[in-house]
Amino acid sequence: MMPEPYEAQVLRTPFHSRTAALCRANDWTNWAGYTTVNVFTKVEKEYFAIRNAAAVFDLSPMVKYAITGPDAARYLNKLLTRDINKLRPGRVGYAIWCNDDGMVIDDGTVFRMTDNEFRLYSQERHLPWLLDTAIGYQVSVADISETVAGLALQGPTSCAVLKSLGLDGVENLEPYAMNEFDLDGHALGVSRTGFTGDLGYELWIDPSAAEHLWDRLMEAGRLHGIQPMGSAALDMARIEAGFIAANVEFFAGDLATRPDRLRSPFELSLGWLVDFGKGHFVGRRALLRERKAGSRYALVGLDIDGNKPAVDSFIYRGKGTKVGIVTSAMWSPSAKRNIAIASLRIPYDQPGHALWADIYLRRELKWDRIPAPCRVTDKRFFNPPRRWATPAADR
Amino acid sequence: MTGGYDVVIVGGGHNGLVCAAYLGRAGRRVLVVEAAPRVGGCAASAEFAPGFTVSAGAHILHMLHPKVARDLDLAGHGLRYAVTDMPTVALDPAGNHLVFKGALTADASLAAHSTSDADNLAALRRRLMRFAEVIRGFQGTVPPRLGTADWSDRLGLGKIAWRFRRLGRDDMREFLRIAMINIADVLDDELESDLLKGAIGLDAILGTELGPRSPNSAFSLLYRLAGQANGTPGALALPEGGMGAVTGAMAAAAEAAGVELRTDAAVGRILVENDRAAGVELRSGEIVRAAAVVSNADPKTTFLTLLGAEHLDTGFVRRIANIRARGTVAKLHLALDGRPDFTGLDAAYLGGRLLIAPSLDYVERAFNPCKYGEYSPAPAIEITIPSITDRTLAPEGKHVLSAVVQYAPYELKGGWDAARDAFADKIVETISEYAPGLAQRIVARELLTPVDIESRFGVFGGHWHHGELAPDQLLMMRPVPGAGQYDTPLPGLYLCGAGTHPGGGVIGAAGMNAAGRLIRCENKR
Repeated sequence: MMPEPYEAQVLRTPFHSRTAALCRANDWTNWAGYTTVNVFTKVEKEYFAIRNAAAVFDLSPMVKYAITGPDAARYLNKLLTRDINKLRPGRVGYAIWCNDDGMVIDDGTVFRMTDNEFRLYSQERHLPWLLDTAIGYQVSVADISETVAGLALQGPTSCAVLKSLGLDGVENLEPYAMNEFDLDGHALGVSRTGFTGDLGYELWIDPSAAEHLWDRLMEAGRLHGIQPMGSAALDMARIEAGFIAANVEFFAGDLATRPDRLRSPFELSLGWLVDFGKGHFVGRRALLRERKAGSRYALVGLDIDGNKPAVDSFIYRGKGTKVGIVTSAMWSPSAKRNIAIASLRIPYDQPGHALWADIYLRRELKWDRIPAPCRVTDKRFFNPPRRWATPAADR
Repeated sequence: MTGGYDVVIVGGGHNGLVCAAYLGRAGRRVLVVEAAPRVGGCAASAEFAPGFTVSAGAHILHMLHPKVARDLDLAGHGLRYAVTDMPTVALDPAGNHLVFKGALTADASLAAHSTSDADNLAALRRRLMRFAEVIRGFQGTVPPRLGTADWSDRLGLGKIAWRFRRLGRDDMREFLRIAMINIADVLDDELESDLLKGAIGLDAILGTELGPRSPNSAFSLLYRLAGQANGTPGALALPEGGMGAVTGAMAAAAEAAGVELRTDAAVGRILVENDRAAGVELRSGEIVRAAAVVSNADPKTTFLTLLGAEHLDTGFVRRIANIRARGTVAKLHLALDGRPDFTGLDAAYLGGRLLIAPSLDYVERAFNPCKYGEYSPAPAIEITIPSITDRTLAPEGKHVLSAVVQYAPYELKGGWDAARDAFADKIVETISEYAPGLAQRIVARELLTPVDIESRFGVFGGHWHHGELAPDQLLMMRPVPGAGQYDTPLPGLYLCGAGTHPGGGVIGAAGMNAAGRLIRCENKR
């Protein structure tokens, strides 16, 4: 039965009938207007499925734009900070885009289908910005979010699952490559991408075939340890991988209400995504000024003593000068380290500063304050060779 | 390829010429490229019928900045006035015409319409002229930027605050009270004569997409009152030979300063090299290289057509695309085989500015159809017959009539080609109600709709101010933040047209200010 309009506060994804049946923890969250699973059974169980078997995540609420037309590549080169001409058809790229002040609006993935046909997937909605960027270009920008259902299949056995599903040759798909397969008469898009830092794929299909894909996948993965996972487990995996999340490591530049809280690509340690040599792009002049004058912040990984997660901690140096904040933190089961991603004021990201995290912990009505020494480290805390190997392990 | 210029200026309108002259006097090697066969832009004289010449765009000189006239010695370069104290006549359908000797200064004819309005008007005039004085003070300076740590910006903001503060408590309150409201409310509070209020209401909305009951129309009147002719605030003048005489003198001043002028040279695009303006490419394909480019074109044409959005950031493009610039004014030129007669009007006033705006309601009703893409069937009109005081414009015994007509929406339902003649007939009909027999005297006529103004002068939307003159598009907001100080996000590209501070009207201050800003910015390089 359809809910009354005033009751319909959340939308359901094309996989809802399947995820609802499996969500025994009844732990849901609102993602871009859709109700999605936070935890199916137990977050640890789902996390270990990512790292040791295969886990399925419903990412249908991802915002998706189709960008087509003779100027599509020129347009994306104006919108994005990276050079889209270096992305060949059939490849996927990570990308960010900035406002006029050179502050990051959002990050996302760009799929180049053909020379003049792209998809841009992101966390937040940006249609007005994308359309205004299109002024002066022969390009069409359309929100196609509801026309594509998506699943992430992540983990060391994910390739084997897809082989069992009958996707011949999928093991030869390189990281950041994509291809189209036939699944019982349905076109199935497969890209070797993901948000876990592990071997994994993302699967794209027409919403009408979504439930069929889910059922076939679960059946094919039964002997490969397949599990559904919710966003809580995914978030653990992405912190271990050192990936940034919108509205966590940065706030979307066209949605934030306090302009001084925004971060530039350099301040998110994403300078490698900025190509000054490709011609003008939005924010280029501001970023050139920043490169000359210096950035305010650096985004770093932290290795923290002890085993108490430094969630939301201030980072101090020496006797107590505040130099930054933790944006994401956890005990990493795979790295066996107490890790965090932190935004530090420059130059305290450099070696030679005695940093410590101020961890507050409440244990049975008593607050403990733990000043835990920490060190700046590579934030790719977990980066296994299997993530990059081609052909991918398929057994 | 032509090259070696310090500055190339796109467009030889009055601001482009003034900017060129100042830059030439500062020792810069300057080239002005103008698309038309003659310089002048919207401030030009044109022969629209054999032997009949008229000011093709603006037709009264009432805002020319005195510093521009003095610095460039426009008188020395041939600027003569046919008249500098042109009276204004509010035409009355009943023949009891109301005569103004100066801005908001009616003569004894007002007594026929009201016993108390003479005093009321004098009080209103004193107050509005004080406010206009504040605005006038900003015209000759580069507006400060908001939110910077730059000392000159802070000083500029301080000067604005100080000018305002000097008004005193009561005037500050009154200024704030009327700054954003409509002129009809202000006039209804102060005056009683419909004819008087209609005439002042028309002045408030001339050249804008406002009716007398639209917000900001009171401010629009203050902006107009900030003008001056030959040193007299609010006065009206006619240059001998039409407005082309003004730009002719400016061109002569520029050439005397070493500036090169090229006509029939339309710019196709602004060249960009290494993220810097490097010159222009003419539509003929010829490349003209220069160290800096100044655009006299309106902001939308400059950024979206000549430069291209690809060189600009999205937020900036969005602001440019959102500039309010929909033309509402048509210009009618009539060649007459004899002097027209206006019923009940003393021939001494025929050389004045004649207004058809018998009441605020009349003007507001004229505005109503414009909102929905239709022209006014009974338009509000500002008429001049410059040949009365300037015999160079028409053959002996013959005359030219020039009328500014509102409202004529740029985006007319069904398009202007199908409606041009019918609208011209309506205008002639409307004027004929005051001047019977006018139609029989017409030997030639020309109507310029906003679409014609756009194609003839290259002005986006046919908006003769390059964008509405309202508080959201003035001072550091004109044309948009990020280009409010004449320099633009693209290094080496500057603006100098009516789309920048202090806006439309033949002032020349934008050209003067832009030249100063360019010299300051380029010296810093």
